[in-house]
Amino acid sequence: MIATLLSPRFLRNALPALSLTVLLLAIFQLQPRTMSYFGLNLLLNLALPIAFATIAQMCIITVNDLDLGIGSYVGLVAAIGATWLNETPLLGVAALLGCILIYAALGALIHLRNLPSIVVTLGMSFVWLGMALLVLPTPGGTVPGWIRAIMTLKTPFLPFTIYAAVAVGVIVHFGLMRSAYGTVLRGAGGNPRSVARAGWSLLRTKVTMFALAGFFGMLSGLSLIGLTTSADANIALRYTLLSIAGVILGGGEFVGGRISPIGAVIGAMTLTLAASFLTFLRLPPDWQIGAQGGILIVVLAFRAVINRAEARR
Amino acid sequence: MSKVLTTAVLAVGLALPATAAIADTADKRIALSNNYAGNSWRQAMLKSWGKVGDQAVADGVIAAADAFTTAENQVTEQAAQIQNLILQGYDAIVINAASPDALNGAVKEACDAGITVVSFDGIVTEPCAWRIAVDFKQMGKDEVLYLSEKVPNGGALLEIRGLAGVFVDDEISAGIHEGVAETSGFEVVGSVHGDWAQDVSQKAVAGILPSLPEITAVVTQGGDGFGAAQAFKAAGRPIPLIIMGNRHDELTWWKEQKDASGYETMSVSIAPGVSTLAMWVAQQILDGQDIPKDLTVPFLRIDQDNLEENLANTEVGGVANVEYTLEDAQAVVNAAR
Repeated sequence: MIATLLSPRFLRNALPALSLTVLLLAIFQLQPRTMSYFGLNLLLNLALPIAFATIAQMCIITVNDLDLGIGSYVGLVAAIGATWLNETPLLGVAALLGCILIYAALGALIHLRNLPSIVVTLGMSFVWLGMALLVLPTPGGTVPGWIRAIMTLKTPFLPFTIYAAVAVGVIVHFGLMRSAYGTVLRGAGGNPRSVARAGWSLLRTKVTMFALAGFFGMLSGLSLIGLTTSADANIALRYTLLSIAGVILGGGEFVGGRISPIGAVIGAMTLTLAASFLTFLRLPPDWQIGAQGGILIVVLAFRAVINRAEARR
Repeated sequence: MSKVLTTAVLAVGLALPATAAIADTADKRIALSNNYAGNSWRQAMLKSWGKVGDQAVADGVIAAADAFTTAENQVTEQAAQIQNLILQGYDAIVINAASPDALNGAVKEACDAGITVVSFDGIVTEPCAWRIAVDFKQMGKDEVLYLSEKVPNGGALLEIRGLAGVFVDDEISAGIHEGVAETSGFEVVGSVHGDWAQDVSQKAVAGILPSLPEITAVVTQGGDGFGAAQAFKAAGRPIPLIIMGNRHDELTWWKEQKDASGYETMSVSIAPGVSTLAMWVAQQILDGQDIPKDLTVPFLRIDQDNLEENLANTEVGGVANVEYTLEDAQAVVNAAR
């Protein structure tokens, strides 16, 4: 029993959950008010859009690419959600589907022309931002009532955010980690050649994963405006780097194929809590970014130690 | 004996209203949620908040006045920060917002938790919050009204605008043109964008000067008066009346000209100390006062006679500042009633 608990494999999988628990306990200690339904809700509700963005980023990282445009994309979805989706729902839905199609097309373009995804998605980040500014030139707009209703749902025992985050993690976990096609999708990132030799279409896997990223990016934008009640084209620029950090913090790796959906959701939560933790500590703002980075480095250093222990055996 | 008694009664009577007003908010805690600290104006704003806040805490008027600045100027970060402040149990949150609309969700959460929210400078549109806004249009109009007193016959005006496409620039310019339409004799003969920076303004004015007739006055938006003066000097043209914007270099130049040749003008801008005004307004609301939801920031205007005093109080490279007192805040509130 103790041997299993101390095995590097178990430790590596448990590390994200462990760091989240430690952080949560520290916050409860610092600010007991957070230990309530109301407190947990305020503490975690903004983590849900980040969790969605992180899952979107994870889809891209799965196929060994990186998305530097997800933040601006979430901003565009927010802009569409607070304008067209509210005033003319049909146009809004069509625009959102169009966005997902563009994402899928990006996957195809990157695969067919063998382009570096960093360049393509960085370029697209400006396109997304420009489109968001066209849709919503000045901050404002109104979120559709049903999105607001979902995001402010009063669920029993625990806040809605926690149920939603668990659901997303579990669903994506079964889709990518347990299903047969999920294995192919991961394989396409980890070892594309053998997957192609086995007769699977790499184009199809890329398009699928990019379309999924577009879908989760859309959920991120819609859940975000459900919380803020109105949009701003620049609302989510930070999500690009946060989502990458969330994936890595949650146990994913840049090499492609090595991912953990539940870990990614936990990673997004950890990042959000880290910021709150630093606020509760009353750390001066000038030090906060650095301290946030410090927390990241500590967690990743633990993982490096565990990986080394695993390699030694 | 009776005289002593009367004096004592009087003293108690005088002291009572003051202590009564103070006692109600002595255990209240106010937080400042600020989205950006990267320029001299914001630094001065935070410094004023710290100074007046610490004094108010020391005097026992409020229990705490803590300032929180987000590390990056991002809406989502400030929304999270406001939610954290709610959890920390502050009684009032004073906000300089990153976005007028996108923080409304967090502001609503705060109001629902029974917290007083006062926004200033960067205001929020959520109806439950108080707003202390800047009337930039009036600021532009005031410049022309001052000119019409100073130069009753009118003349040619050169307008230096700010950063193109920014709401503040449009508002001030609209005010200037409204003032020109309402007074007689003035005409805007040229307009350049100075981006609120001395070097940009100097280049822009130098570029347009050869094509202009004699200029009576230059209307500005702040941060551009000194550059304009340098351009006129370099071109060898008579220096017109240039409205200043409370920057240290502008006031210094004005002082030099005033001492040398009796040069006359005025200077107007918003004092960074407006954060302290917002703090007192929050304190007044916590005290149970009935305060209108929309208030206007008074301008900090410097004239010929109080130039020296203001220049002495302005840091090198900074902006003229004024810290508000409780009485100043009450005057602003009464003006809005």
